[in-house]
Amino acid sequence: MSVHQISVFLENRAGQLAEITKDVADAGIDLRAISIAETADYGVLRMIVDDAEKATSILLSHGYILSMTPVVVVAVPDAPGGLAPVLGILAEGDIDIEYMYSLFTHKEGKAYMVFRVADEEKFISLLAQHGMSPAEKAELDLK
Amino acid sequence: MSNYYQKEIETASREEMLALQNERLVKQVQHVWDNVSYYRKKMEEKGLTPADIQGLEDLHKLPFLSKDDLREAYPYGLLGAPLKDCVRIHSTSGTTGKRVVAFYTQHDVDLWEECCARAIVAAGGTDEDVCQIAYGYGLFTGGSGMHGGSHKVGCLTLPMSSGNTDRQLQFMTDLGATILCCTPSYALYLAESIHERGLRDQITLKAGIFGAEAWSEEMRHEIEKQLGIKAYDIYGLTETSGPGVAFECSEQTGMHINEDHFIPEIIDPETGEVLPEGSKGELVFTSITKEGFPLLRYRTKDICILTREKCSCGRTLVKMSKPMGRSDDMLIVKGVNVFPSQIEAVLLEQGYPANYQIIVDRVKHSDTLEVQVEMTPENFSDSLAKINEMEKSLIDALKTMLGIYAKVKLVAPKSIARSEGKAVRIIDKRKI
Repeated sequence: MSVHQISVFLENRAGQLAEITKDVADAGIDLRAISIAETADYGVLRMIVDDAEKATSILLSHGYILSMTPVVVVAVPDAPGGLAPVLGILAEGDIDIEYMYSLFTHKEGKAYMVFRVADEEKFISLLAQHGMSPAEKAELDLK
Repeated sequence: MSNYYQKEIETASREEMLALQNERLVKQVQHVWDNVSYYRKKMEEKGLTPADIQGLEDLHKLPFLSKDDLREAYPYGLLGAPLKDCVRIHSTSGTTGKRVVAFYTQHDVDLWEECCARAIVAAGGTDEDVCQIAYGYGLFTGGSGMHGGSHKVGCLTLPMSSGNTDRQLQFMTDLGATILCCTPSYALYLAESIHERGLRDQITLKAGIFGAEAWSEEMRHEIEKQLGIKAYDIYGLTETSGPGVAFECSEQTGMHINEDHFIPEIIDPETGEVLPEGSKGELVFTSITKEGFPLLRYRTKDICILTREKCSCGRTLVKMSKPMGRSDDMLIVKGVNVFPSQIEAVLLEQGYPANYQIIVDRVKHSDTLEVQVEMTPENFSDSLAKINEMEKSLIDALKTMLGIYAKVKLVAPKSIARSEGKAVRIIDKRKI
């Protein structure tokens, strides 16, 4: 099962992020990755949580605007240069990266990167050609 | 010391003016009856014929015209002369984006320019002056009206139009402009630029004629101090002609209405009842000389007071106070008419909720317009680029509708207060 990211609309004001993370924490949901893209007036909070379905319903009930987006999570060696081969694959395939960030999770010398790319299918097939595959939910202990 | 462009009219006795108004009104009502079926129908609905209007005392019987009528009649419904006799149009934005178009015959243009010439002469203008017109030219009446007035006075006219401050200052200093015509906010902006560039001692201005937007006495003092000039107010609207419907004299205590062309009335905006002289209410104009676009009892929606106190300048023309507000929700931003309903229409069309707030401010003497609108699930995306794109298309649509740039601010859902009853849609932070 592929991993889904929750994106939330953030108004640019003090305390907004604290409110969201508190709502999530109160529901016992664990944040596995968080990233923010912002303009002067608003931002988009992107996060991976252990229970996306539950988090979504909690956030919706609090009136947030959000969307679910499938993303590609790739395990890379947690060592210098670990990320380079994956970026090389993307460059080789001429695939645009819309954004990327990392998961807090580390496992057996591996770090995990979250990718949102223009052509996901092509990315996955190129990864396969290089003997890699996207991390599944189970590997990341996600529900 | 007083200067007049048309002394006989400007200082006419009350009796002379009344006689002229009576004669012109009766003639104009007949002209409208004969040429404007839209208004004729309105008169017929009230059981009126031209014979019922024998003079000023019957004026109150005539039906009103409003901006809604102008929109409904767009474009030719209120035309009062054959198109072949019309030589010009000017236009202003109306509600829900439909523009108001006014037609001018050569006679109309001449009389309008005379009105503007009266304003220039009242501000001390003569044929020795260099008059810099920094109002916008084009569909907007400001540029061409003052341009024509300047010609009539015989000033050397600099048709600068608005903007391009470098060029404005270059001509102002190189050609020794003595009279500046523009919006008050642009005058202050120019004054600041002059100070920044250390050009103060090269400025030869003596007077400025500023209109098309509301400005305070404080702003007048600021402009006068910074530019070392006397700053005169001028009033007008496209529907009646443009600038020059009323103008200030050296006394600076209100604007003399050119009542030989425009009969003013003050009405109660709720009931439409004519109020006694000196009352505060909505200003209504009846054009008694216009051929192309002869509006009778046009409701300006501007709230003001008329006074006939004797003026030290010698003019006997009635004076109107600066507009003190509006009886509708129209905003004037950068000299452009903005209706919240126009903004609402764009938001709905672009898939945004009709819950919005308009914030008007004046930053560095220039008006700013911000539209706050709530994000919706449908418009939201994980991609900033996509949201930016949506935002940009909203800005473009607003610009097309309003004619000016409005900043868009996307806010969280439910963050704009839903008030019980009348929603607070407009926050005007300008200190006018």
